[in-house]
This record gives sequence, structure tokens and C-alpha cells, in this order.
Amino acid sequence: MAIERHVPSLCNYAMFCAGCGHGVLLRLICECLEEFGQEKNTIAAIGVGCSCHLKSGINCDLVQCPHGRAGAVATGIRRAEPEKFVFTYQGDGDAYNIGIAETLNAAYRNENICVFVVNNNNFGMTGGQMSWTTMEGQVTATSPHGRDIALTGAPIKVPEMIAHSFHPAYVARGAVSTPKEINRLKGYIKNAFQAQLNHEGYSMVEVLSTCPTNWNMDPLKAHQHLMENVVPYYQLGEFKKRGE
Amino acid sequence: MALSKAYVDPERCKSCGLCIAYCPKKALEMTDEINSHGYKHVQVLEDVCIGCGTCYTVCPDGVFTITDGEGGKIHG
Amino acid sequence: MGDMIKGNIAVAEAAVRAGIEVYAGYPITPSTEVMEYLSDRLPALGRTFIQAESELAAINMVLGVSACGRRVLTASSGPGISLKQEGISYMAQMNFPCVILNVVRWGNGLGSLDGAQTDYLRETRGGGNGDYRNIVLCPSTVQETVDLMYEAFDIAEKYRCIVVVMTDSGLGQMMEPCEMPPFREIKKCDWGLDGTYKVKRADFLGRNIPGESEEYIRKVRAMRDHEQRWETYGAEDAEYIFVAFGMCGRVMNGLVREMRAAGEKVGLLRPITAWPFPEKAFEVLREKNPQLKGLITVETNGEGQMVEDVALYAKKCGLGHLPVYALPYACGVPKDDVVKADFEKIRAGKIKEVF
Repeated sequence: MAIERHVPSLCNYAMFCAGCGHGVLLRLICECLEEFGQEKNTIAAIGVGCSCHLKSGINCDLVQCPHGRAGAVATGIRRAEPEKFVFTYQGDGDAYNIGIAETLNAAYRNENICVFVVNNNNFGMTGGQMSWTTMEGQVTATSPHGRDIALTGAPIKVPEMIAHSFHPAYVARGAVSTPKEINRLKGYIKNAFQAQLNHEGYSMVEVLSTCPTNWNMDPLKAHQHLMENVVPYYQLGEFKKRGE
Repeated sequence: MALSKAYVDPERCKSCGLCIAYCPKKALEMTDEINSHGYKHVQVLEDVCIGCGTCYTVCPDGVFTITDGEGGKIHG
Repeated sequence: MGDMIKGNIAVAEAAVRAGIEVYAGYPITPSTEVMEYLSDRLPALGRTFIQAESELAAINMVLGVSACGRRVLTASSGPGISLKQEGISYMAQMNFPCVILNVVRWGNGLGSLDGAQTDYLRETRGGGNGDYRNIVLCPSTVQETVDLMYEAFDIAEKYRCIVVVMTDSGLGQMMEPCEMPPFREIKKCDWGLDGTYKVKRADFLGRNIPGESEEYIRKVRAMRDHEQRWETYGAEDAEYIFVAFGMCGRVMNGLVREMRAAGEKVGLLRPITAWPFPEKAFEVLREKNPQLKGLITVETNGEGQMVEDVALYAKKCGLGHLPVYALPYACGVPKDDVVKADFEKIRAGKIKEVF
């Protein structure tokens, strides 16, 4: 009996919480690495936080970067190894809070790398603190009365910023929620891969994800919350298409 | 012609239940068995499963393998 | 004798010849000529120069290059090196070697542009969080800067550690005749990441911390055993030994010769490695020089930093009975007559020992 769909062998058991969207993105990246023949030609730069779970979650070369610095580390890897496939894997706290300078500057330089950012509206690993992507009014461990955007700023939209201000190859936002959105996201990730392999330059795919543990919701409820409350603000789609 | 089917790797399951919620055929259910990581795991009702792969798509933990009943490879 | 060349340019060229494939850095006086020079030199050789958006980004680019097992340099000064400590600590954790040039400038925070030795303690103690040491090479001439930079990459790769070449404004800006070494063949270290996942990883939560500590101890001991470097002059019969490195070592090299010619029983110990501190020099002194009366550091910082190491290692090496003095001269280059006058104050008991 032949296999029709099977999780790629480079996708290990990862220690994410039950129902966490990270695992779907990890699998999609592994599928693309396999489909593009890059399993033995890849060096990843992973962030700090829940992204750390990729250390055991994926069987490929990677560097555990200082918090927020994956954009810079990946730049070093890219320049040292021009023929390798290089991607970063970070959370929103890593890429958009502490690492916003490195994230934006890698995009600004149009480094030929793929950047995957999991946006789950909070700092997950440290226990659900407010991040720059936390929704207005959202209760977190450090916004106990709900996020007050008059004091803290409004939820940040980095893909739009990069797509409209710089000259990247490809920028999109997808979601790991319904099967339909997961399939669309796979298409975005494929585009990002193709952009790098064609030497078109920088690509970013932000991935809206659930965080059932810190959102205090069961996994299905978290999916519903994502589609009803997060997606309307963080619109899905391609902000910079390849070749545009 | 034999139908495609979903198969479960019980060791990877974290009993999040997303596959059960999204399964269009109600072909999945949670068992009472505990795997080595301490989670209950899902199981497939083979008579009901049509091998559509929805569970594979939504599963965050790579629990599912979808096999082609014909023995040919139809990659999804 | 080679051509006249400025210290910062000479040290950059030495790194090129040692085989760096990438330089990443951020401008800061008095080290900037290094990156200016390399911005032209490296691309001309088909290699890579990156002007990073920040010191933090620069050191993290260095980390990425080093992870791939390729030779890489960054340079900075004062507060710039402070910003790099995050990346330095991470590289120490992952045993990624690199060479960092610190063209030291005086002071805390922004400080000033004057040369000084105010970074001694930071450089010799690792600098960032955790449990690690960097090898710190302290040249005192342009030629020595070139020679040490050239060798620094071999040392860094031998121990898979970070090597800091510590010069200062004076050494970076002065011109001296200098011979350049030949070009090294460029090669990738075999442990460098190549995308094939040949080195398997453990999960970040399942680290063998006692095992890592044992490995660290072995590494640091090997570095202490094999990498101490120093130079002495007149140490066999001196009653007082001056201990000075870098520009101060250069000044004292001349002054000790002059004082000895005038009949003074003085000598010089010039550490070339600030870490590992050349404690073996003290063992030699203990055995060979029974008439020793005191150790005197000459430093350009507030109240002496190296004096702490001199006292500690003197004690460790059986010279704990000796008084250890510090002659600290804020910044710049100590003046001969001032040092001589202060030495008289030491002998007259007007300057007390620190330890």
C-alpha cells in the first residue's frame, strides 16, 4: 500500500502545547523542504521562545539565535553559504518586539532568505505576556485589564510595512486554522521558497496561529476566535507578489 | 476499488481534538488509551473514513498518514 | 623592513591574509578605518563585506558566518563592544570561533576617543552572561598587531573560542613600518554547518549541563596551559618589575631600558595575552629572582584593572609576599618622567601598594 500523504521524515515530534498552530507551520515547511529537494541543503535560523522547539522538532541544520536576531544571523549564513536554502523561524515577540530592527533591516537589504513569523498575539513561551501583535482589549499576563492601545500602540502589521516600504520579493500572511486556510498558507510558503531558489530576494510569510494555552481556550474555540476576531484585523493574503 | 484511509501514529497525538472537530465524516474518536507522552490519542473508524486528508491538514502534530487504497501515489 | 602603514589598516589586511571570508561591522571611532578599508578590499578579492545596521546585528551576522565554519572578523570600540556581548556569549555557548578587534577607547558609556586600557576587566572576564573566557591578545606595535591578528584565527579555531585582539586608539592610528604575512588558503572548518544535518542536536530543554561544564573546564585549562604569552626584560635581577601591556608596555619597554642603563634595578613583564594571564612568568620570577621587592602595574585607566590579576597570580605563584602597586594614568600614553617620578614615590613609601 503506497503512501498518499505522510509527514516528512525531517518533521519530528515537537514539544508544542496541544492544539498549538506552530506544529502545522513546522509540517508545512518540512513538506516544502522535501518537495523542493532542500532537506539536505538547508540551514535555518530559529528564534527564542516556542520557536526553540524546532531544535528537536526538525531534522535539518539550524542555529539557535539570540532573541530577535535571526534576521542578522540568517544574513551571516546567507553570505557565508550562497547556495544553501536559508530560512528563519520566529514568533511575533522575537521578530517584531525585540528583533524588529534585525527583521526590518534584513528585509530592507532584500536578503535572499525566507522569513516565517508565527503571530499568535502574545509571548507564548514565557506565559502569555502582551506582544506588539496583541489585539486591542486582549487580556494577557502583562495587560491584565485588556490591551490599552492608547498607552501601548496598536497591534503591529509588519508584513504590510515591509511590502509597502521596501522592495522584497514576496510577502504574505496566512493562517493555521481551517483546512482551507492551511492549504492557502502552503501556497504562500511555496512562493517564498521559490522566490529564494530563484534568487529573487527576501520573502516573509506571517502565520496567524492560535495559542490555546495562553488564550485560555480549547483548540477549536481558539480557531474560531482566530477567524472571527484576529483575521478581520490581520488580513490574509499576498501583500507583495513575486515579479510585481 | 478500496478507499483511501487515515492511519494514526498514537505516539504523536496530544489529544487536542481538532481532527475530530474538522472531520467531515465523523470518522475519528478519542480513545481512553494513554501514549508514552501522557496523552490520550485519537483513533480512526475505518468503516467511516474516506481518506479525505482533512485530519492530516489540520493536525498540528503529524499524527496522520493517508494511504491510497489503490496502491498508487497521489501526493497531496 | 616593510612599508609604513597605519595600525587599523595593517590589522585589517592581516585578517584578509589570514583568510577571512566575511567582515560585518558598524562604524565607531577609533576603529572605523578597519571597515572602511575592508569595504573595498574584501569585494575586490571576491569576499564579503557587510555594513550592519547595528553592533548587535554585526555580531549576529558574525555568529551566522561562524556557524558555517568560515573565518570572520568584526571590529569595534568601547560601547560598540558592549553591545556585542550578547552575540559573544551565544557564540561561546555554541563553540563558534571568531576574532574580534577591540580598538579600545577610554571610558564608561560613550567615553571619549582617547586610547586607554579601561576594557581590561571586561575583556578578560568574558564580558557577557555565563561561564566562558575569550583569549585576549594585546599587541604593542603595529607589527605585533599584524602578527597576532594573523595567528588569532588559528587559535580561535584550535579551541573553538573567541579571540579578542585588544589594541587602542594610539595603536590603531599610528603608522609604523610593517611586514605583511602571506595569504592563507581559504578553507571551511569541517564542523561548520553545510545544510546536510551531519551533526545531530538535542532538545534545548534536555541539555547535559554537568557534561557541558566539564567540557568547558577542559577547554579553559588547555587554553591556560598552552596560550600564555609574555615578554620580559631585565627580570632576572630586578628589584621592581613593571607589568604593562599594549601601549603602556611599549612605553615601559623603552623606559626600563633607559632606567637600567642608569643603574636602576628594574625590569619589565609585558603580558601579550591578558587572558590567559601569563602566570608562568611569575613562576620563573619566583625561581630565578630572589631579590624582587615589588610588582608595579602601569595602566591607562582609573585605578588599575590588571593590578587585580597581578596580585592574584603573584599569590598563586608563590609571590604573595610582594607588594603590588598600580600606577594608573587615566588615558593616552604614560609619560616617561611622570612614571619615573611615581616610581620614586613608591620607593619612598608615598604611594602605597594596592594589594
